[in-house]
Amino acid sequence: MEHKVAVYLCSGCGIGEALDLDKVEAAAKEAGCAAIARHDALCSDEGIALIGQGIREQGATHVVVCACSQRVFADRFAWPGVFTERVNLREHVAWAHAPREDGTQEKAEDYVRMGIAKCGKAELPEPVPETPSRTVLVVGGGVAGMRAALYAADAGHDVVLVEKEQALGGFAARLHKTYPHQAPWDAPCENPVPVLVARVQAHRRIRVILGRTVARISGAPGKFEVTVGANGSAETFSAGAIVVATGFRPYDVSKLTHLGAGSTPDVIGADRFEDMARERAFRRPSDGRPVRKVVFIQCAGSRDPNHLPYCSTTCCLNSLKQARYLLDADAGAEAVILYKDMRTPALYERYYEAAQSTPGLMLTRAEVTSVQPVNGSVRVTAKDTLLGEDLVVDADLVVLAQGKVPNTDQAILNLTYRKGKELPDLKYGFPDSNFICFPYETARTGIYAAGCVRAPEDIAQAKTDAAGAALKAVQCLHAIGRGAAVHPRAGDLSFPEFFLQRCTQCKRCTEECPFGTLDEDEKGTPQANPTRCRRCGVCMGACPERIVSFKDYSVPIIGDMVKSIHVPDEFEEKPRYIGFICENDAYPALDLAGMKRTRYSPLVRFIPVRCLGSVNRVWIADALSRGIDGILLIGCKFGDDYQCHFLQGSELCNKRMENVQEDLNRLSLERERIRLVQLAINEYDRLPEIVNDFVETVNALGMNPYKGF
Amino acid sequence: MDPGRKTLVVIGGGMSGMTVALEAAEAGMAVHLVEAGPSLGGRVAALARYFPKMCPPTCGIEINYRRLRRNPDVVVHTLTRVTAVAGTPGAFEVTLRTEPRRVNGRCTACGECVAVCPVERPDDFNHGLAKTRAIYLPHAMSYPMTYVIDGTSCKGAECGECVKTCRYGAIDLGEAATTRTVHAHAIAVATGWTPYDATRLTNLGFGRFQNVVTNVMMERMLAEDGPTGGKPVCPSDGRTPARIAFVQCAGSRDRNHLPYCSAVCCGASLKEAIIVREAAPDCEMAIFYIDRRVMGRNEEVLAKVEADPKTRLVRGKVAQVSEDPATHALRVTAEDTATGTRSEWEADLVVLATGMVPNTEGLPLPSGCALDEFGFVVPDGETTGTVAAGCVVRPAVMTQCMQEATGAAIQALITAGA
Repeated sequence: MEHKVAVYLCSGCGIGEALDLDKVEAAAKEAGCAAIARHDALCSDEGIALIGQGIREQGATHVVVCACSQRVFADRFAWPGVFTERVNLREHVAWAHAPREDGTQEKAEDYVRMGIAKCGKAELPEPVPETPSRTVLVVGGGVAGMRAALYAADAGHDVVLVEKEQALGGFAARLHKTYPHQAPWDAPCENPVPVLVARVQAHRRIRVILGRTVARISGAPGKFEVTVGANGSAETFSAGAIVVATGFRPYDVSKLTHLGAGSTPDVIGADRFEDMARERAFRRPSDGRPVRKVVFIQCAGSRDPNHLPYCSTTCCLNSLKQARYLLDADAGAEAVILYKDMRTPALYERYYEAAQSTPGLMLTRAEVTSVQPVNGSVRVTAKDTLLGEDLVVDADLVVLAQGKVPNTDQAILNLTYRKGKELPDLKYGFPDSNFICFPYETARTGIYAAGCVRAPEDIAQAKTDAAGAALKAVQCLHAIGRGAAVHPRAGDLSFPEFFLQRCTQCKRCTEECPFGTLDEDEKGTPQANPTRCRRCGVCMGACPERIVSFKDYSVPIIGDMVKSIHVPDEFEEKPRYIGFICENDAYPALDLAGMKRTRYSPLVRFIPVRCLGSVNRVWIADALSRGIDGILLIGCKFGDDYQCHFLQGSELCNKRMENVQEDLNRLSLERERIRLVQLAINEYDRLPEIVNDFVETVNALGMNPYKGF
Repeated sequence: MDPGRKTLVVIGGGMSGMTVALEAAEAGMAVHLVEAGPSLGGRVAALARYFPKMCPPTCGIEINYRRLRRNPDVVVHTLTRVTAVAGTPGAFEVTLRTEPRRVNGRCTACGECVAVCPVERPDDFNHGLAKTRAIYLPHAMSYPMTYVIDGTSCKGAECGECVKTCRYGAIDLGEAATTRTVHAHAIAVATGWTPYDATRLTNLGFGRFQNVVTNVMMERMLAEDGPTGGKPVCPSDGRTPARIAFVQCAGSRDRNHLPYCSAVCCGASLKEAIIVREAAPDCEMAIFYIDRRVMGRNEEVLAKVEADPKTRLVRGKVAQVSEDPATHALRVTAEDTATGTRSEWEADLVVLATGMVPNTEGLPLPSGCALDEFGFVVPDGETTGTVAAGCVVRPAVMTQCMQEATGAAIQALITAGA
């Protein structure tokens, strides 16, 4: 269909004062548009009506709204079936630069040209809805897995719950009791696992498969093919989304030799003390004598850079509970808890307070200096106690409150994905990818982690966590049914298309996709899996043949924007720069700088990109060979504490800069002409310095000699 | 909104409420998101950074705003409170009262009105560390991006300067409150928390000594867009403090005040110490604590501070903060209740890690929804009549609020039979 582009210029909010709009209009006409109109407040009802009327009368397919940021009034500037491009003449031009100056005017004219150029090839996305399998696969039958299964099933989904052991319950089934999760806070509570198991087994929508593991998962969200079991007993079924709830294992106590492990059988892990309590047999492993005095040592492995650098969260509360096991069973018994910090957060403080008055229980902060067998007892010595003196206790038994290790380092999913069989485990082995704001996201779409596989949690938290993961699984299926993306571009209807005739099987797209979206055939040709895709465009940025395109975002579309920038010849001495900026963080940061009326050089033409990882090298090479003087890339912080919503986009872009250096060498241009800057959204006050310093540095090199070619 | 959809009312537009609303809407529900203040974002919008990643909260807020902007299934009601709830799960009638913003949807957020407004008021977003005019934008990341007039300080029609200046006809000084009732299949409570009133901690000097501030004030000082541009400052004279004391459990874990732990304050103070170090390389700091409660991966912030040679972690409950009235210098006296030892420390600035009080006072709740002795919403066992998320359930760090808010959405789906 022929594109009919209508351009609307707003003169409000200082735009009319800062710019000569007649000249902007002339530039728009020259760039080619079917219609052009002006209004002093396009966002007003009258302005919106004006655009709507124009669309109807002129049959515009594309509208270029030259006004404020795309981050405001998004709901108003939207017409069904019409592609709307927002050109930011307010925050990024009129509010950022001196009014009525050449630099300001030229930037505005370029922005309008770029907006019109984008409409040359950009189309509204055409979603491809699929009918997903509504079955949710839950891997792991502990508390988190059972809860996730119940939530998904109660929400109307069929669930298959696969547990590798012969019984449901997971680690929590071993617990004699639990500590209280709500008032009253005074005593240990019944283990909820048996009730939970019964509910799961009775639920008509949940099918439980015990004693098996997942042998293979192929396909993609909405249409996973799951094979469970092996050989003769294997079966295959479809599932739409997956919850991974494979839990944790207690840290291997035998590694804690500095706390006496191995020196005597009477130093045990908290997991084994739980078994003793359940069996009501508080007897010493060494000689079977009754246990009447126990020392609990906290942070056994946790908060220790040599073992587990993180806090395992539940051990303090758990030891308070375990001490009660002994003291409730034997009025004359004694328990000592040695801790670094007593971590009973929030309302659990009430339980700690109750425990402090338990007869026979002594609690003190202490640094344990040695644990060794002495005369049939286990002697624990400690310093830095609250008692003001070193502590020596001879106990019948020492319990090491060992930490939690996520079960991610084993074959769990056996995905047939080109990028690996399992969820990539990130920091400390946890698989979640943005754990503060979006705790269920992993580096694989449609697969959500819950429970202790994701973070050290207790039973109450595992329940909440399971609810969240189940929601994300259900929501993912809802999105697939509409042909829409999930987090973080939730609702985006575009998806990448591959023009495979030109593919050279270089495999860069498959290797760089942070989400394992693409598989390869035998020759190495990428196979798209739209429901695995997050629409970040990293594949588009990676492809040297430029075969990856979204309907509304592609190498040619952005390439046309680059080409539409007017490059004055070298005698005019007006350098021109392009800034590719992350639309999630750097773009809003520029908006905020504009709102504060912060001034910076008007020589840079900013182009928002879905992710810095989607920047294709050819845009840079083409820009430089057309006389653009330099390229500034502004993206999210990378490294261990990355802020990129697509995990690795900005980091991948940074790595690709090595290749871009080759382009610079080929063109005999200085490497300083390209700069990548990491910026957080709140660092907008750094922008003037970032922009001005780059402009000054490159200006000092002299003009790009390719101008006019 | 599609009338065929099941409807959810979410009370509270902070990160927890926004998350419940978005997660439910993206799973197919129609949502009314009800916020009492003039902007979404809640207390998180005022934080300097998150621990342990030390990243800006506005990054996640922006992603959520972006989800909101493109989702017609969430209707946002700011300056709105729920005044009554009737009915049962599946068929609630929720009454909403919207206070006048006095600035309508024609506002472009150009800001011309601010220059002509003659009235100043304390900036509540910045806890009084700055001032705004009577017409103001709640904060830089406001949603909606619309100004608001503080009706109590505005002089009204007798002034009218903003009305004359606004080119867009966006100001209506006579706007009245409105009331409406919406039907809902489920309700989610995410009204968040309020800092404990630090003036009640009379021994710690807040309200009497200018250089005693609370942790929420410190967050604003350390925020890049805050009133001091991201730097710690002594309010008495604007000087950069050479010594800062952090007083943990200021009200929390104290039977006379809040007999529970507020869960975030240890991480918050450790984080603040890390940010101070970036801004003031020579500043000496001391953190007085009872226990250092940074759970899970948040341990990282403690490890970072322990490695800082100019920051001391001192175990002890602060008994007294006193001031030299001439110099405004402060003296912190801490007592280790177990050992009886006392320690004293001179400071230019004292930061009280005040705790969390749940925002449930006067909140109409559906029948069957219980509050505990402190006012926290009691999680509703196995049935899902009321869904609650965030710090209104118990004090919680951000990631726990987000877990709970996401999980609340599926409970809402189940309750509504969606």
